[in-house]
Amino acid sequence: MTQLALVIDLNVCVGCQACVTNCKEWNTSGDAGPMVDQNPYGKDPTGTFFNRVQTFEVGEFPNTETIHFPKSCLHCEDPPCVPVCPTGASYKRKEDGIVLVDYDKCIGCKYCSWACPYGVREFDESQKVMKKCTLCVDRIYDPNMTEEERRPACVRACPTSARLYGDIHDPESEVSHAIREAGGYQLMPEWGTSPANHYLPRRKTKLRLRHDEIERADNPLKIDGLLPKPSKSEPSLDDVTSW
Amino acid sequence: MHPAFSVIFLTTLIGVGQGLFLALFTAQSYALFDLLPKQDGHAFYAHGSLIALLFLIGGLVASFFHLGRPERAWRSATQWRTSWLSREVIVLPAFMGTVFLYGIAHLFDFKPVVATLPGGIAIDLTVVIGAVGWVLAFALYVCTGMIYACLRFLREWHSSLTVINYILLGGASGFTLATVFAAAAAPDLVRFFAGWAAIITLLGLVSRAASLVRNARLKPKSTLQSAIGIKHPKIVQKAQGFMGSSFNTREFFHGKSVGFLRSIKWIFLLLAFVVPALLLATALTGVGALGLMLIAFVVQYLGLMAERWFFFAQANHPQNLYYQAIG
Ligand code: SF4
Ligand code: SF4
Repeated sequence: MTQLALVIDLNVCVGCQACVTNCKEWNTSGDAGPMVDQNPYGKDPTGTFFNRVQTFEVGEFPNTETIHFPKSCLHCEDPPCVPVCPTGASYKRKEDGIVLVDYDKCIGCKYCSWACPYGVREFDESQKVMKKCTLCVDRIYDPNMTEEERRPACVRACPTSARLYGDIHDPESEVSHAIREAGGYQLMPEWGTSPANHYLPRRKTKLRLRHDEIERADNPLKIDGLLPKPSKSEPSLDDVTSW
Repeated sequence: MHPAFSVIFLTTLIGVGQGLFLALFTAQSYALFDLLPKQDGHAFYAHGSLIALLFLIGGLVASFFHLGRPERAWRSATQWRTSWLSREVIVLPAFMGTVFLYGIAHLFDFKPVVATLPGGIAIDLTVVIGAVGWVLAFALYVCTGMIYACLRFLREWHSSLTVINYILLGGASGFTLATVFAAAAAPDLVRFFAGWAAIITLLGLVSRAASLVRNARLKPKSTLQSAIGIKHPKIVQKAQGFMGSSFNTREFFHGKSVGFLRSIKWIFLLLAFVVPALLLATALTGVGALGLMLIAFVVQYLGLMAERWFFFAQANHPQNLYYQAIG
């Protein structure tokens, strides 16, 4: 069974909001109808977005760290938002695990948004239905696009490659490797929703250089041979061995 | 959560309608066993059912104001296997239909005897319809309560007390309305209804107070740490990702001060329980004037609206962790 998902690398995200912008652009132009903003240039601008990038400060000044935190529907493997829907408009696809809302069936009762602990469902005030991330279901299967283009709009937009996309049930996929090897984790594990989207934690990125990496003893051009030994005139190891 | 008036009206109005029907059928059952004087079906049960039906219709109308797409409301009956909301959508009209039939059968005195109990007590059609209505009334309370109690993230609601409160609070207001109705239409039933109304009101006070105590002790399960998965004791949000508002900031925050919440709590404890219980007690001591009972009902209904407002406002949704700061 396939479970498509995003893996978001918090170590890399710079909070540029490119994914937010590209998500909105793609999804407001699609067949499902526009995602209209209310009051876009007024005092209290508001509108429906599938994806938001938030910023948190961890620690106490001066030892603080800034975390940029992209958040969209996590396509939970056991989604609490689905069984509560009285119309069947909210459903989870068997074939790829994407959680979707059928905008033609939704009555806008908002009950599903109460049942999602992550606050990622947003009610569309102009279409009067519930909306949420579709994992760009209208992109990823489009035969008119190239393989490279058949990925979610947010993933395509990210300039730092902080967003990985793939099947987390395939142990050999890029996302499964990332989850396994870079400590991928789920949000609010206490509710047992088993979100498909994972996050990769912040890591210490330090450059460690050993001395011999800067200056090789057997440096053939003798340019950085600053150590007393071997001297410039003496043969080095390279001259006398063939390895 | 942000209390929506459509839902406040829906839950309080149908609660009264169900309670009133339960009161009527209780009186009929007592009369069946000669524990109460028999009432003229034509005037009493038929008119009582009509009043109950009006409250139920009022609740149904209010519920439509909650929907973004009310024209599609019929679709909401399809997912009864998993959704308590869907179950409520089915049980409410079924109950309304039963109350209607109950009233009609009494109105036209259509009472063919269906069975006879050992003691020679004749069970007629209205008793059968009434029993079905009795089951549906309780089923509807359970559905309404479970809509909230089944959401495990909303820990203030995720408790059997929620369902018990819906039953007792709806029942109390219905029996109080029955007392008003009896004061106008059947004076010899006033004491009976007032007694039950007072008892249910006091039971409601006990269970609602129990849920207040329980909620006051709740510790949130989700924290900012589990919300973003960073295990540092000190995390503050600097930006929620937008400068204005969004559905998430409007739907899940009540936007009132702690003091306001606290005063609503004392107001509803007073209006929904203490004042009506005292007024109902006057009926037990023999006064039971129509005006006084009417005041008891109106005060209790206003109290229950405040109670429902508080019920929603008090529930603290874990999604709020993600929406703390504009910047
Ligand atoms: S993140 Fe929320 S909306 Fe998305 S599947 Fe999970 S519970 Fe449902
Ligand atoms: S708002 Fe729409 S999708 Fe959500 S529970 Fe109601 S009908 Fe289902």
